[in-house]
Amino acid sequence: MVTRTGPQHPEPDKPGHAPAPAGPAGTDHSPAAPISIHDVTVAYDRRPVLWDVDLDVPEGRLVGLIGPNGAGKSTLLKAILGLVPTISGRVSIYGRPLAGQRKLLGYVPQRESVDWDFPVTVRDVVEMGLYGHVGWFRRLGRAHVRRAREALERVSISDLADRQISRLSGGQQQRVFLARALAQHARIYLMDEPFAGVDSATEKSIVGLLHELRNTGRTVVCVHHDLQTVAAYFDYVILLNMRVVTHGPTEEVFTEENLRKTYGGQLTLLSSAATALAQRR
Amino acid sequence: MWEEAWRVFTLGDYNTRVVMAGTGLLGLAAGVVGVFLVLRKRALLSDAVSHATLPGVVLAFWVSIALGMTGRSLPVLLSGAAVTGLLGMGAIVALRRYSPIKDDAALAIVLSVFFGAGIALFGMVQNVEGVHAAGLTDFIYGKTASMLLSDTLAIGAVALGVCGITVALFKEFRLLCFDEAFAAVQGWPVLRLDLLLMGLIVLVTVIGLQAVGLILVVALLIIPPVTARLWTHRLGTMTMLSGLFGMLGAGTGSLVSALFERMPSGALIVLSASGFFFLSLMFGTEGGVVPRLWRRARLRRRIRRQHLLRRVWEMREQTGRRHFHARGLVERHGWLPAIAALELRAARRAGIVRRINDTEWELTPLGEREAARAVRNHRLWELYLITHADVAPSHVDSDADRIEHVLDPEMIRELEELLARERETVPPPSPHRLDAPPDGGGNGR
Repeated sequence: MVTRTGPQHPEPDKPGHAPAPAGPAGTDHSPAAPISIHDVTVAYDRRPVLWDVDLDVPEGRLVGLIGPNGAGKSTLLKAILGLVPTISGRVSIYGRPLAGQRKLLGYVPQRESVDWDFPVTVRDVVEMGLYGHVGWFRRLGRAHVRRAREALERVSISDLADRQISRLSGGQQQRVFLARALAQHARIYLMDEPFAGVDSATEKSIVGLLHELRNTGRTVVCVHHDLQTVAAYFDYVILLNMRVVTHGPTEEVFTEENLRKTYGGQLTLLSSAATALAQRR
Repeated sequence: MWEEAWRVFTLGDYNTRVVMAGTGLLGLAAGVVGVFLVLRKRALLSDAVSHATLPGVVLAFWVSIALGMTGRSLPVLLSGAAVTGLLGMGAIVALRRYSPIKDDAALAIVLSVFFGAGIALFGMVQNVEGVHAAGLTDFIYGKTASMLLSDTLAIGAVALGVCGITVALFKEFRLLCFDEAFAAVQGWPVLRLDLLLMGLIVLVTVIGLQAVGLILVVALLIIPPVTARLWTHRLGTMTMLSGLFGMLGAGTGSLVSALFERMPSGALIVLSASGFFFLSLMFGTEGGVVPRLWRRARLRRRIRRQHLLRRVWEMREQTGRRHFHARGLVERHGWLPAIAALELRAARRAGIVRRINDTEWELTPLGEREAARAVRNHRLWELYLITHADVAPSHVDSDADRIEHVLDPEMIRELEELLARERETVPPPSPHRLDAPPDGGGNGR
């Protein structure tokens, strides 16, 4: 269906079984990890947003990326996707640089990041997920069109395919973005607040879909806001407040103590120290 | 005069035909590439760029005079224009990126500084003895009459090239303009695509200088896309329409300017393009004023009709009689007598109610069906608000009133599914009238 021309990256449709030797001394990054973040620091202007983030996202997990406003959650997703320049550090996808691995990544940006008055239909937007699979100047083939249709069916908006995107509710818009990512048949999904501003019916069906993705071996990372639902939705959490507070299986690390560390007072000292440092430079 | 007009409009004049073909192609290219300029929200960028071409034109003129040429060669002048146009764009990009200056200020600075430099240079050229620089004002206001056949051919060729590239990169430009970050994630070279798009804009601006002039060339890039958007919500159709509007506007404008040679053709081209724009603003199917007003009026009629049907239905539930008094609407529901009479008359014309005698009315079978539906939607919504939105029952009725009229069938289906699980009867009885007669709930019949 699709010929892959890049370096032999793992087939997105099958679980990978790359060996997992220990990384270099000091850090223990596994080359089999879907996403390895090595000492990444990101700053906008001179204000650091992410400070020395270093972790592996384990395979086949549904990961919640949790933290207060301005903690750098979206920035971390963007750093993984190569959308923001890093001051230091690097990200690898299944042990390789991002450039050759892009087709393994599906991205669901925040809904507000685009202009919903744009003159395209639901189908057009979902098909955009497949533009990366056809080269320059080419139109989509029949197989791609079918894949887009299947993606629309999976999020139950087939009946809206020809509707202009401004005539959708918030929940429907979110489903469009999900369908666009699903059409990519990616292996890793990065989602920026997929539950923001959607109705409860949509939220339930999105959660169902995320579990389905996880159960078929995909790795899903969601920026998430609602602490009430974390334990129910995610089996792995990353607690972030400019730096990684902790990460691990939900039942182990999603504790009051860790939440206090993430949201509470201790870390503000650290971030004000970092700001002061940045201003001195 | 009339003879001449006839000759011009029937395209009997060879010169007019050539000029029209050239400006038509220019309009086509501007319309097509302008779509992406507008969707990328860079409309004002092209204005700054077009003003930045002036110093280039004057410098090129000066250089070619110094080299012993006539200074009238269009390709030479336009090359100069392209150079400073690109410089201006580079300056905007640099200001945006490496300085804290905001976008709009950066545009204004570049526009005025470059244009000012151009005007100063122009003044200097005019003061040089033995040099006739008057023709350069054509580039400020536009003058089709001074276009030669060779100019027209060059302009047409570049215009076709721009169209070709835009159509070939349609998919890429669409993705770039809609969701730049997503394009970058897929690995498209976003920066280079953006530069290419802006380069095409500079090209169209430069070939438009002769016909439209640098002050107004921005209009040729912006008006056709905006006009096209008023008729369609599909990008493909919008691009075709925009090209068409651009071609028609530029063609008509240059035709008229052939009649009035003293008038700057740029103004005429822009005015005829804006003629299409105003027509579309009025009648366009996607947000035109008239269709919008009409839809609003229709919605208002529907809302009033549904009010009437519901009130009649409720009166029947309370009295248990098929017939109802018009007076009831006034006394029980506070309608103005005139409004009640008006609504009843309209409803009778629509075949929803009929008159029994002087004071009494009843619903026709059609009215029955519609009233049952209106009541059902209303109560579904009320119940939804209570069960899912945590609204106190006493607050529900007015909220329900406002929203039921905009419920689409899809939403109603969703509500029915939601509520069927909780209540067996559809429609459920109104939560306000739990003390109503036991048969008062109605079951849609």
